Amino acid sequence: MADGINGANRISALNPVGYAPKVTPKPMAPRLDSLDGKTIFLVDPRFDDSGLFLGQVRDWFTDHMPSVKTKLVEMSNVYTKDDPKTWEMIKANGDGAIIGVGH
Amino acid sequence: MHAIALDSKYGVPTVAIHTNVFEKAVQSVTRMHGMPEARYTFVPQPVMGKTAAQLRAYVDGKSPISGRPVMQEVIEGLTRPAEGDGLKETKFERSTPRLIDADTDENLQRLFLENNWTDKLPIVLPTEKRVAEMLAHTSHKPAEIAGHIRSNQFRQHWEFTVEQVAVNAVMAGASPEYFPVILALAASGVSARGSTTSSMAAMVVVNGPIRNEIAMNSGTGAMAPYNHANATIGRAYGLLSQNLQGGSIPGDSYMGSQGNGYAYGTVTFAENEERSPWMSFHVQHGFKATDSTVSIFTGCRSTAFTLGVREKYWREHVRNMLRGMDAHSAPTFLLDPIAARQYIDRGGFDTKEKLIQWVYENALMPAGEYWDYQLIQNYIYPRATFGEEPYASKLKAAPDEMIKMFKPDEIHVVVVGGETNGYWRIMGCNYQKTVSVDEWR
Repeated sequence: MADGINGANRISALNPVGYAPKVTPKPMAPRLDSLDGKTIFLVDPRFDDSGLFLGQVRDWFTDHMPSVKTKLVEMSNVYTKDDPKTWEMIKANGDGAIIGVGH
Repeated sequence: MHAIALDSKYGVPTVAIHTNVFEKAVQSVTRMHGMPEARYTFVPQPVMGKTAAQLRAYVDGKSPISGRPVMQEVIEGLTRPAEGDGLKETKFERSTPRLIDADTDENLQRLFLENNWTDKLPIVLPTEKRVAEMLAHTSHKPAEIAGHIRSNQFRQHWEFTVEQVAVNAVMAGASPEYFPVILALAASGVSARGSTTSSMAAMVVVNGPIRNEIAMNSGTGAMAPYNHANATIGRAYGLLSQNLQGGSIPGDSYMGSQGNGYAYGTVTFAENEERSPWMSFHVQHGFKATDSTVSIFTGCRSTAFTLGVREKYWREHVRNMLRGMDAHSAPTFLLDPIAARQYIDRGGFDTKEKLIQWVYENALMPAGEYWDYQLIQNYIYPRATFGEEPYASKLKAAPDEMIKMFKPDEIHVVVVGGETNGYWRIMGCNYQKTVSVDEWR
């Protein structure tokens, strides 16, 4: 077995890095023409006072874009878990979503 | 990651708002999840603890990353069509070359350091010969897929071979006979370099015959840097975690705000089965005494310690220690054999389970205080409102009512130490799993 060291004091070493996952491209949802009259869900991941922050986002829309309907909802569980029931509800009842403040 | 799912899977145009310290992490996660054009903006860190007026100023203000108004980026994120060329810029097929270009010892040490492949301490260069010697101590083939690992739930798993684990074991300075233990840790899929802002570290408890076969220390100084196997197995676990999961770089793939000294070597030791008055940890978890195992704990941050188990006020002393722990990380008692026997003398705990039951019943806190902890708000309160027990019942308690801080299956006891005195400590941490070492021989 070669010791990995050649005559020029150069060492051959192995790479310590694992194999990256194959990334599958995901499509983005079509964007909205405008927010006028649209319903935008403000999704609170329930992390580090995120609900208080989204309350201010809601107030911003009230002050600056009153035609936008906002609905502030909490995720059903810890932010680390998926929440398909909430996503289905937003899909059925909303036009867009803002999630924050997240990791 | 939720924003990506809502956008791509459910077809709802979505914008995520993050705090600015997560810029690189967000870019990395969106690319690795296949949506480099995902829409997001940033507000200053922190959000936690700010007043309504301060948070409104964030909303009215500009992104600390782009310098553009936050709400302008939000609205554009919902309305501006995708350009569609972001994916073309992303390399989706990445193969890791087996060999590094040959160079001098000094240059390779610098390369490993600059590539963030080390723990910033010198490493043993993984030459073909050294890696082959490591591989000779397992029956598994070098090219065999040994497992998958990731730094947290929002990152994708990376894959690794037996040989890649051996490379990291060599780097850590481990002796080849330790390799089955290191392989078991890698194959567990639990990362010792988890990326969480809380700066957690991992802890490893080794049980069974392998402890003595490789001369691990379970006695005097077991958790300190005085034993080659303890030290290098723990270091190898850290190095393999960061390198096989795709990195652990502050601000990018590691977000621990303060960091954690426990992570240098990972807290790694053998249980003192010979001097313990109780059943060993791996037998408690379904293995035979003749099996060799590693048990992995994560979330190691908080530690309390004291000397002995006093006759008059031991109950109060232990309750004080438990109240001083982080309410979210359950207690694992790390007892010197002297302290273990004192627990039997004082409380009649002739099994670990009896001591665990006592701890469960005596780790109490007023409900109001408990629910106000930020970590409880982040991780337990949502589960309570979702109806998960026992949290849902705890949520019904009046603010002054004393409620239990932990669940019994979260509380653990391990015996370690050399009986130079009856010191003992509580490690706040989360038990993950016990896995076989023998399968990796």
